[in-house]
Amino acid sequence: MPVIEGWFTMDDDRPQLLGSRCSSCGARFFPKAAACRSPQCGQGQLEDVPLSRTGRVWSFTDNRYQPPPPYVASDPFEPYAIAAVELADERMVVLGQLESGVDVTALGVGAEMELTLGTLYEDDEHEYLVWKWRPTGA
Amino acid sequence: MPDANGQVAILGVGMHPWGKWGRSFVEYGVTAARAALADAGLQWPEIQYVAGADTIRNGYPGYVAGATFAQALGWSGARVSSCYSACASGATAIDIARARILAGLCDVALVIGADTTPKGFFAPVGGDRPDDPDWLRFRLLGATNPTYFGLYARRRMELYGATERDFARVKVKNSRHGATNPNARYQKEVGEDEVLASPVVASPLRLLDICATSDGAAAVVLSSLDFARRRRRRAVKVAAVSTVTPRYPNTVIEMPNFATDSATGVAPPDLAFRDSIAHAAYDEAGVGPDDLDLAEVYDLSTALELDWYENIGLCKEGEAERLLNDGDTTLGGRIPVNPSGGLACFGEAVPAQAIAQVCELTWQLRGEAGGRQVEGAKAGVTVNQGLFGHGSSVVVVR
Ligand SMILES: [Zn+2]
Repeated sequence: MPVIEGWFTMDDDRPQLLGSRCSSCGARFFPKAAACRSPQCGQGQLEDVPLSRTGRVWSFTDNRYQPPPPYVASDPFEPYAIAAVELADERMVVLGQLESGVDVTALGVGAEMELTLGTLYEDDEHEYLVWKWRPTGA
Repeated sequence: MPDANGQVAILGVGMHPWGKWGRSFVEYGVTAARAALADAGLQWPEIQYVAGADTIRNGYPGYVAGATFAQALGWSGARVSSCYSACASGATAIDIARARILAGLCDVALVIGADTTPKGFFAPVGGDRPDDPDWLRFRLLGATNPTYFGLYARRRMELYGATERDFARVKVKNSRHGATNPNARYQKEVGEDEVLASPVVASPLRLLDICATSDGAAAVVLSSLDFARRRRRRAVKVAAVSTVTPRYPNTVIEMPNFATDSATGVAPPDLAFRDSIAHAAYDEAGVGPDDLDLAEVYDLSTALELDWYENIGLCKEGEAERLLNDGDTTLGGRIPVNPSGGLACFGEAVPAQAIAQVCELTWQLRGEAGGRQVEGAKAGVTVNQGLFGHGSSVVVVR
């Protein structure tokens, strides 16, 4: 099940992040906004809209220390990498964990990435899924 | 130098030393306040206004820091305020006190910030908080503060060819600056190889590239220029306080956000957020980067200090490594940065940090900074940034 409702589609093959689009000025937001945040607008209706599922690396890092709760860490703790990816159409930088097994040292700014779904953590009842990034075609 | 219009005097400054002391933030704040009062030559009951910078790690008393400190110092009937702007809290408190003085509503005010911190990473407020971006970034991504520092650092390497050794040299410089600072938590010189041998936290940053969390406190006494003259105090002056927000669309990813604004539709602003913070302070003070003798910048990480060189106009984008390696930002160089030792030596005590930066400028501009003195300093800038979009920059002049 999704770790959070309504932030992304559960389409295994081609998952997409779900954002908002302003009907008046076309501004887009992720996560979904309550109202248009463009200071010159502020009047449009917001509609749910899927976002580009590819983009280019803005930057990346790998976390080697276990974060505090509410992160649910594996036991033993496994490091994970995070990428900031600029979405192709929206020119919006979105953070996501890298799919496990991706060689972070092989990444570079500008590398093309695509959205995927992966396990964030599991408990006795469920596997909780979240969006992740991986190099396109990996 | 700017005309005196809009300036307030810094009559006194004080700190509680940074460290992990395991005591109440109230005790730290009162120590800093008493030091600032003594430095100003004032008695506590003479203070007409108290501005407290809040901490969120101390429960209810921390949320109402102004009154908490006022009670601890002894209820005096002073006017009081409390404010929280994350790392910018101290600058906001200074701004509130300054505005009160400039409006003629009081002559003399005390500004205090103090904090205690747990060991390790800063964590969000407890409980299930799925509508809180700060909670969500940990839950959904495991994105700690160093995650964001790591992203900025990696981007410097990729765009400008910065190296891990460049980052280490920032730590070496700041550790040398802070080695004789009695208020610093770490008063020991660190070598490049020591930094490079420390474990990776969020690549490319290592343990010694990232600032620690600390207990600490800082306080300043501000007054009108008239009040300072009547007391025959030769005071340095606050010439500007910048608390700007970003402008839409903000296109650099920032804590605690998952995403930036979209750069389509509305063109990004001419000045990115971090650039705009000091720029607004320079505009208000009527000074520019060329007029500065020193700067205290928010070195949450070594790499971030290099970003700030560019953000506050000490050099062009991509040239910070050269500025560092040429020695320009070292004590004795053209524009020493973080002569106090910075966060590298102090660590973070969130509501105190922006006030502590102003304390350092004050000591420097008075010529009282001892072994870390910037000779002949006449003007300096502090810069800082609070979570969720709080600018923080103060210009101090002699
Ligand atoms: Zn709109």
